[in-house]
Amino acid sequence: MEFSLGYTLWLREMKRFFRLKSRFIGSLGMPLFFLIFLGMAPINIPGNSEGSYISFLAPGIIGMILLFASMGAGVSLLWDKEFGFLKEIMVAPVKRHTIVMGKTAGGVTTALIQGLVVLVLALPLGLKLTGIYPQFTILGFSLGFLASIGFMLLIGFTFVGMGVSFASRMKDFHGFQLIWNFILFPVFLLSGALFPLETFPDWLQYVVYINPLTYGVDGLRGCLIGVSQMPLILDLAVLVASSAIMIFIGAYLFNEAQVD
Amino acid sequence: MKAIKTEGLTRRFGSLVAVDKVSIEVEEGELFGMLGPNGAGKTTLVKMLSTLLKPTSGYAEVWGNDVTLKKDEVRRCIGVVFQDPSIDDKLTGKENLDFHARMYGMKKELREKRITEVLDLVDLSEKANVQLEAYSGGMQRRLEIARGLMHRPKVLFLDEPTLGLDVQTRRHIWDYIETLNRKEGVTVFLMTHYMEEADYLCGKIAIIDKGKIIALDTPQNLKRLIGADVISIEADSDRGLVDLLRNFRWVEWVAEEDGVLKLGVKDGKTRIPEIVMAAHEAAITIKAISLHEPDLEDVFLKFTGGKIREEEGDHKQYIKQIVRAMRRKR
Repeated sequence: MEFSLGYTLWLREMKRFFRLKSRFIGSLGMPLFFLIFLGMAPINIPGNSEGSYISFLAPGIIGMILLFASMGAGVSLLWDKEFGFLKEIMVAPVKRHTIVMGKTAGGVTTALIQGLVVLVLALPLGLKLTGIYPQFTILGFSLGFLASIGFMLLIGFTFVGMGVSFASRMKDFHGFQLIWNFILFPVFLLSGALFPLETFPDWLQYVVYINPLTYGVDGLRGCLIGVSQMPLILDLAVLVASSAIMIFIGAYLFNEAQVD
Repeated sequence: MKAIKTEGLTRRFGSLVAVDKVSIEVEEGELFGMLGPNGAGKTTLVKMLSTLLKPTSGYAEVWGNDVTLKKDEVRRCIGVVFQDPSIDDKLTGKENLDFHARMYGMKKELREKRITEVLDLVDLSEKANVQLEAYSGGMQRRLEIARGLMHRPKVLFLDEPTLGLDVQTRRHIWDYIETLNRKEGVTVFLMTHYMEEADYLCGKIAIIDKGKIIALDTPQNLKRLIGADVISIEADSDRGLVDLLRNFRWVEWVAEEDGVLKLGVKDGKTRIPEIVMAAHEAAITIKAISLHEPDLEDVFLKFTGGKIREEEGDHKQYIKQIVRAMRRKR
C-alpha cells in the first residue's frame, strides 16, 4: 500500500520532469560548457599521463550535475509548498515518510537521467571510457558502467536528502539562492571535480575529505576511467553512510515541519 | 454522532489568537456555513480540522475521530478544497484526479469510474486530457471541487470556493455544491465571506469575527434577530442623527457603515415619516433614506459594528504587488 503511494508520487515527478523540457535543457548548459571550454585547457594531471584532462574532468562534471539535479528535489518541494500542491499531498492519508521517499525516488531518478545524459555528451568531446581498469576490456567496461550507476544513485540520495532537509526548514524560495551559492558551489569546487585532491592546500584538505561529493567523484573516476585516488570500496562505504544519514535527516526535518 | 464537533478549539500564532475557543457542532448531511471577513480565522479552522495544523488548545473531532490523535482516520473521511489553488498545472485534469485517487488507495476500475463521474458532475469531461495550465480560474476551481469528491468523503471542506470568480461561474459552483449535498449526501463545511453565498447555500450559519463565533443559527433566524426591516439613511450629520434615533424606543439597533446609518425597526414604512420629521426639527438634512429587508450583511453589522470587506483573492493582490513594484523601479 505505502509502496504504491510512493510510486504515485514518483510517477508525478517523472511526468513533471519530462514536461518541463526547457528546464531540463537549461540545466545541461553549465555542465556542457564546463566540458567544452575547461576541457580544452592544456592541463596535465599527475599520474594520469596517458589520459587527457577531459577524461579526468568528465566524471567530475557528472558529479556536478548530479549534485545540482539532486538539490533540485528541494526546489521541487518548495515549489509544491509555494503553489499549494503540498497541501493536497499532506491532507491525504499517507505516511509522512512515504512522501519523503516518493520525492526522493523522483529526485534521484531525474538526477540519474541527467548524469547519464552528461556522460553521453562527454563522449564526443574526448572522454575515453575504459571501465574500472585503465585499459579497456569488455568486462572492466561493463562492471565499471554498472558500478558508476550505483555511485550516481548514491550521490543522488545524499544530496536529495540534503535538498529536502533545507527545503523543510524554509518557507519559500528566497533562501535557496543563498544555499546554491554558499553551499552548493563550495561543495562542487572542493570535491576534486576539477583538480586532483593533492592540489588543495593542507588546511583545506579537511574540508575536501569530509565532503561526500569527493568520494562520489573519485568513485565515478574509478568506474569510468579506471583511475581513482582512493580505493573504490572506501568511496562506496562513505557514500552509503552519507546517503543514509542525509535521507534520515531529510525525513526527520520534513516530519517536523508543519505545512502552514 | 456529529459530522464535526469542536469544543473550545483555539489556535495562537505568537500573540495573535487566530481561532478563539470555537465550539460548534455540525450534523451529518448538513450544509454548514462559516461566514466572516478575511482574517477572521476561517482558514486556520479548516487547517486544524483537516489535520494540517495542531490546535493550541481545545478539542476537535471529525466523523468521530480526534483530529490530533487519529489523523489518518480523519484524512480518510474528508475532502478539502483549499482557498488557494492546490493543483499541479503540469498534469492534465484526469491525471490530477488519478493522482488523488491513488493517494486514497482506490483500485483502477473504481478510479476510472469515479473520474468519469466527477468530471461529468462539474462539466469538465471534454477537458479531461488538457493540462491545467490551459484551464481558466473557474475551471481549475471546478476541478478542485471534483477532486475533493473523488474518494467519496463523508465531510467536504470548502474554503472560499468561489473567491475571485465571476458571477456566472459562482452560480454554477453553487449548483454543484447543492447537488452534491442533496444527491450524494455529503456533509459540507463551507467557509465564505460572501453573504449571498452563505444565505443561498447553507442550512446553518456561524458568523465568525476575530476568531470568535459571534452568532450561530439558520439564515432565517439570524435575519429575524435583526428585526423586521432595515432602514438606511444618508445624512449630513451622522453624529447628531444617531443620538436622535437612539431616543426612539422602536429603534432596535443602530450601526454605521461608510457614512450610511442603518437601523433595525419593526414595520419600517410607517417609521420613515417620523424619522424625516425629527431630523428636520433638529436641522439635520437627510440626503437619502431607504427601506429593505434584512440580509446577512446587516446581521454581521449588528453583531460587529463593522462591514464584511469585499477583498480580492490573494492571487490578484499578488499581481497588484508586482505591478506596484515594477512601477517603483521605473
